[in-house]
Amino acid sequence: MSSSTAGRFVGQSVLRREDPRLLTGQGQFVDDVQLPGMLHCAFVRSESARGTITRLDVDAARALDGVVAVLTAADLNPHAGSMQPTLLLDAPGAPLRPLAEGDVRFVGDPIAIVVAESRYLAEDGAELVEVDIDPLPPVVDPETAADSEHIVHPELGSNVGTDMPFPRSAELEAILSDSAHVVTETFRQHRQTNVPMETRGIVASYIASTGELRAHMSTQNPHEARLAIARVTGIPSHLVQVTGRDVGGGFGQKFFMFRDELTIALAARRLGRPIKWIEDRRENLIAANHARVDIATCTFACDADGMLLGSYIDHIEDSGAYPTGATGGAGALVGMLFTGPYKAGAAAFRSRAVWTNTCGRGAYRGPWMFETVAREQLVDATARAIGLDPLEWRRRNVLRAEDQPYTMPTGLPIENVTAAETLDQAAEIIGYDAFRAEQRRAFDTEGRLLGIGIGLYVEPTAMGAMDPLGTDTALVRVAPTGKVTVLLATGAHGQGIETTMAQVVAEELGIDYDDVAIVQGDTASTPYGRGTGGSGTAVIAGSACRGASAEVRAQVIEIAAHLMEAAPDDLDIVDGVVAVKGTPTRNVAWAEVARISHMETARLPTGMSPGIEATFTYKAPPFTWSNACHICTVEVDRDTGLVTILRYVVSEDCGVMINPMVVEGQVAGGVVQGIGGTLLEHVVYDADGNPLTTTFMDYLVPTATDVPVIEYGHIETASDTPGGHKGMGEGGAIGAPPCVFNAVADALALVGVHIDRTPLGPEAILTALYPDPGT
Amino acid sequence: MHDIEVVINGERTKRRVDARKTLADFVREDCALTGTHLGCEHGVCGACTVLVDGEAVRACLMFAVQVDGGEVTTVEGLGGPDGALSPVQDAFRSEHGLQCGFCTPGFVVTVTAFLRDTPNPSETEIREALSGNICRCTGYQGIVKAVQRAAGDAP
Repeated sequence: MSSSTAGRFVGQSVLRREDPRLLTGQGQFVDDVQLPGMLHCAFVRSESARGTITRLDVDAARALDGVVAVLTAADLNPHAGSMQPTLLLDAPGAPLRPLAEGDVRFVGDPIAIVVAESRYLAEDGAELVEVDIDPLPPVVDPETAADSEHIVHPELGSNVGTDMPFPRSAELEAILSDSAHVVTETFRQHRQTNVPMETRGIVASYIASTGELRAHMSTQNPHEARLAIARVTGIPSHLVQVTGRDVGGGFGQKFFMFRDELTIALAARRLGRPIKWIEDRRENLIAANHARVDIATCTFACDADGMLLGSYIDHIEDSGAYPTGATGGAGALVGMLFTGPYKAGAAAFRSRAVWTNTCGRGAYRGPWMFETVAREQLVDATARAIGLDPLEWRRRNVLRAEDQPYTMPTGLPIENVTAAETLDQAAEIIGYDAFRAEQRRAFDTEGRLLGIGIGLYVEPTAMGAMDPLGTDTALVRVAPTGKVTVLLATGAHGQGIETTMAQVVAEELGIDYDDVAIVQGDTASTPYGRGTGGSGTAVIAGSACRGASAEVRAQVIEIAAHLMEAAPDDLDIVDGVVAVKGTPTRNVAWAEVARISHMETARLPTGMSPGIEATFTYKAPPFTWSNACHICTVEVDRDTGLVTILRYVVSEDCGVMINPMVVEGQVAGGVVQGIGGTLLEHVVYDADGNPLTTTFMDYLVPTATDVPVIEYGHIETASDTPGGHKGMGEGGAIGAPPCVFNAVADALALVGVHIDRTPLGPEAILTALYPDPGT
Repeated sequence: MHDIEVVINGERTKRRVDARKTLADFVREDCALTGTHLGCEHGVCGACTVLVDGEAVRACLMFAVQVDGGEVTTVEGLGGPDGALSPVQDAFRSEHGLQCGFCTPGFVVTVTAFLRDTPNPSETEIREALSGNICRCTGYQGIVKAVQRAAGDAP
């Protein structure tokens, strides 16, 4: 669908300039970096979930030919500064330390680093490190963690990391007890992990003579990496350089610095030799970060017509042992956003984060998405209880244009969302009513279980509310040739930022897209900024690009006006030519202006500095809301328990689209992660805290045979930010899980079966259908 | 250590390698062809797919010594001179069949071999052929379309 706001470049599905190098094997990922004298690292990790280290013997490893060093807590921990991310420096959190010291707290806890001449030799050395651990009973179940006599972090004295109450008012108490329909459900979401195809990695080198540390990294956020490395190593930040060219996915995992990469940077500082650590897949699955372990008991109270009067959610999230910063979760946002796109009445919540002896929780595409999961699943349960179709319940309660701006019961203001419009559009595309008829027919005549599910949400993107995540700076520089270089703090990892930001700048400047280059992923050349994540690039980096471009454009016009003896207001820049409006023959080429600005400075306006460039810093508003509606249809096989998705529709509003092809690509990727997360993917621990899903044979990521064709509908409602964009990178993964769950629940409801947890693999479906195998 | 002789992307090369060195590490480290990526090192994700004597194989599951006397084609060997894209590579770009690009070389090699053997595939055949490669970014939407486009463009 083309955009009514489409410009020459903005709004066009420009093919990505990143692609040729990536398609021909000429990308540069962190493992492709080779430095002279570079050594290789392997971690020795705990095989116990909780226990006391009684012996650590590294002598045999140190004696192995090719092993250069074996580092333990005694070597590194005394030299380490803070390992918390900048955003959460002062937040209470797990006692992070480079290597396990005295005890271990999850399977995968790093104990030692073996540094050797090759990765093969480093792994040989790691096998020779002897660790004796006296095991202690681990805390594995988040639902009982708070009351456990065993404490994950003895320093903290409690397994409850945070407990945030938003108490019920007397009014809400009355609503929850007296309303015509009061529906309470307990939903459980299971453990998943990001699985970027490129695992984490870092090549770090310390130059002792100058005191500089350079790190090549797979990172979404080079400037955060620089600050974090500076803190942990004690090296001043201006002597730390972080670079990352191509980044093989992240989905949140590479936004903050983790313990492992920081520890390698610290090791490089201590050793004074370049060292490379490339995480292997087993490490990535057990020790990078996990996500999504959420449990909530939630209640909707409605009047006789199904109108929502009040709600409450009591939420527990599992932080694991060492989450990425503080408790690693988003509990407050789950509670604050729980009522989502509906006219909500009164609301309250409680949110707790608990420590367990498992891999730490980290950001994963929509870290607070459980608000949508719990709400949308509760909507369907409520509609079912009342006897309303879930689509009808949503139509009655959804926020409409005339309701906005709207203040959620928790105080968050919502505006410029089109939840009602996307609901209608998605229902129309999928043919909602016709499917209901087919569902009835297929069940009545063939006994087949078809279902339809909806996931409707509003998403606070590009959050300016959280410093430093809401600010970005762009530097737009014009060379003497007229070619333009844009310096950005972003760390693209699949979003196509080199393409989309060039579209924005070329549009603003009135020059050709091919004349604009984007430089990112390098702290030495780019201004400080927020990195790439949190659905923020279009709004925040995009607005910074617009601001800097506007200043550059003004400089060019000022010079051209002076050269042509014209009034600046009479000039326009089109296709790389500065011309008098209405008299295009009176013109000067953009490139000529650029040349003169450097090479014939005497021709510049009096007092004007040579050269053309501008830097602009943009701070986003607290929230820029985007929204979407997902609707899918499924069939549940009563014999095999297999869920097949028949159709999948996303209607979304991300405001003005910069590149519709990229937008749809982001939606698709998120949706498929959500589908995988609901039907296939499951990080499993046994009762002793042992991870059982340590390969791709066990942790099932969707393949091409597991996913449907995704159909799109777009509604473009401009936000109030400069380009009218809204964030959309995470949304697909937020809407898909409850959409798929609701479709499966809808199918199972045909035979009176109720579900309240994920994943929904064949075993779970068959257990739900046939709880007693004997019958 | 073992002496091996291999034709890689059309060029004959002699190397001395450890018996335990995988073909993937050999290609990446000894031959400096870093387009072949390692996503799991246990044969599931397909990122390291290369052609050995024309067949698509997982370079993480083979040792370099096993290709002694053979012919290996990596993603670097598929395009034309001066960076020209092959029909499969071009189709991936046109259909937005890649985002981060890490899994992409494995897909491109897999699809190149698949379309050579199955020039007019059905969508079901395409999805089956792709099912041994994992992409975490695209949801496979653009990849399936890219294979369809490349098949249509094939002479």
